[in-house]
Amino acid sequence: MSRVVFERPDALTDMQFSYCPGCTHGIVHRLVAETLDELGIEGTTVGIAPVGCSVLAYEFFGCDMVQAAHGRAPAVATGLKRALPDNVVFAYQGDGDLASIGMAETVHAATRGEKITIIFINNAIYGMTGGQLAPTSLPKQVTQTSPFGRDVDNDGFPIRVVEMLSTLDGVALAQRVTVDTPKNVRAAKRAIKKAFEYQVDGVGYTIIEVVSTCPTNWGLSPVDALQWMRDNMLPYYPLGVYKDVKADGFANVAEAATARAAALAAGNAPASEGGEA
Amino acid sequence: MKGNEALAEAAIRAGCRLFFGYPITPQTELAAYMSKRMGKAGGVYLQAESEIAAINMVYGASAAGKRAMTSSSSPGISLKGEGISYMAGADLPGVIINVQRGGPGLGGIQPSQSDYFQATRATGHGDFHLIVLAPSTVQEMTDYVYRAFDLADEYRMPVMILADGMLGQMMEPVVLPEPKTEFPAKPWAVTGHKGERTHNIVNSLYLAPERLEETNIERFERYAKIKATEQLAEEYLVDDADIVVVAFGASSRIARSAINKAREQGIKAGLIRPITLWPFPADAISAAADRAKAILTVEMNMGQMVDDVRLVVEGRIPVEFFGRAGGIIPTPAETLAAIERIAASLEGGAR
Repeated sequence: MSRVVFERPDALTDMQFSYCPGCTHGIVHRLVAETLDELGIEGTTVGIAPVGCSVLAYEFFGCDMVQAAHGRAPAVATGLKRALPDNVVFAYQGDGDLASIGMAETVHAATRGEKITIIFINNAIYGMTGGQLAPTSLPKQVTQTSPFGRDVDNDGFPIRVVEMLSTLDGVALAQRVTVDTPKNVRAAKRAIKKAFEYQVDGVGYTIIEVVSTCPTNWGLSPVDALQWMRDNMLPYYPLGVYKDVKADGFANVAEAATARAAALAAGNAPASEGGEA
Repeated sequence: MKGNEALAEAAIRAGCRLFFGYPITPQTELAAYMSKRMGKAGGVYLQAESEIAAINMVYGASAAGKRAMTSSSSPGISLKGEGISYMAGADLPGVIINVQRGGPGLGGIQPSQSDYFQATRATGHGDFHLIVLAPSTVQEMTDYVYRAFDLADEYRMPVMILADGMLGQMMEPVVLPEPKTEFPAKPWAVTGHKGERTHNIVNSLYLAPERLEETNIERFERYAKIKATEQLAEEYLVDDADIVVVAFGASSRIARSAINKAREQGIKAGLIRPITLWPFPADAISAAADRAKAILTVEMNMGQMVDDVRLVVEGRIPVEFFGRAGGIIPTPAETLAAIERIAASLEGGAR
């Protein structure tokens, strides 16, 4: 008797991915689809595809899908979730979409504590348009529009997205993962699944940043791209949990925010918030 | 009731249960009313972080199959242009209120009709139209927004109410419509497939040009049907009129006063008030051009709708324009003077 030990998740369609060889979008799509399968929520989930390399994600996920204008996915997700509070809503966004043109929508959906899940692919470059400077491109990183390397005097500094969002009271879970090794893929899967579980339980806004590669626009082989990511991106964008209100002992963001406000008022804030070290 | 509040109440009675706004004068009473009332109606009021976010929230809520609305005034409508184009491209219904103020730029906060081009020509990028309804009384604000939701659902496209600061701030008695209880099915909506169908996709991207052209052609076939069946205009003393004034919204009220004065002087003037600015009521104006000797458009701008009137008239009779801009409402006296000038030139001519 043969036994199936590995197959395509039900929540992925039969469409062939449009991604370049070695791109990690495919792995992350799979992790999201496995999560929808395991939680049994594909039928109640609405996903949002961004503008960018993953624009065709609406063809790949089997759940109902919406394509959003560049950067507007969190606002579209807000409208969907407010219209369908019992459904699961996720947006899949890249770094240009989320952290540049859509930063206002990102920050405000997070601070409102919208009960949505954001899967954020950070590969430090605009992929679809051919490799331009992104809000997360590293200092000195050469791109099509920073041909002499990112000059922080001119271009400013990269944004550490989950660190920034973790300061907002509406955020239930903000975590950074990567998918360069089987171990890290499994850890990323756990994080993504936790984010969807938090949404189902109404805990608050959840975001999982996946530090990713772009072999094509970085001009590296897939293997070298993963090594470049480890050597250059992970030191700048350390993996880890930046906020997890349930791990902190709270049922949801409202409880966590109340406790934080009380601590600040009582002068018991951590040093990072102006309290005594 | 104040015009802005009547718009809000009628929208709720039309089944709108999601409203996304952003503060801007002179439409803010609408959002304030919604913030008080929507919760009690079992709906969602949310102040968005921007007009851009607000229209995208409407996009999301409409994609979910719900009746949703946003409102703003001129500069804010410019920001919504992107989202309105995406709604048109994804064939999503939705209602957008523009309580116009003077422009361009930050302009002013006084009433204006200077967004006629934007509403009827180029609200956003790409080949598309909105249905645009132009109320001239608070009662019409109520009736048209109520109708707008049905039109939006029927034709799967955004509908705009093009009001202005005068109508928004004005108080008049209103008969409110009964709350709607029945709504059309939306099998295309993204509500979760529940394992009962393949996934629905709300999308405006078509990378193959042939496919994108097909969607445009299908949409313009719908537009042709709308042009054939949905043109609306009110006519006042047009049948025997030598001079037909064409004016919409607030300026039609001033035009009506001026026409009454002109009639007292023996000048045969009449009024066509376009109710639908898109589809433009070409049939009514074309018929008038066959009977009348001249047309005068009266607008609160530098002359926008006059272009559409000239396209319809095709040179059969003279088409003149009178307007005030910058938020200035033309007076009945100066509008009458414009009618008198045309009357004098008709008498002096070789007719």
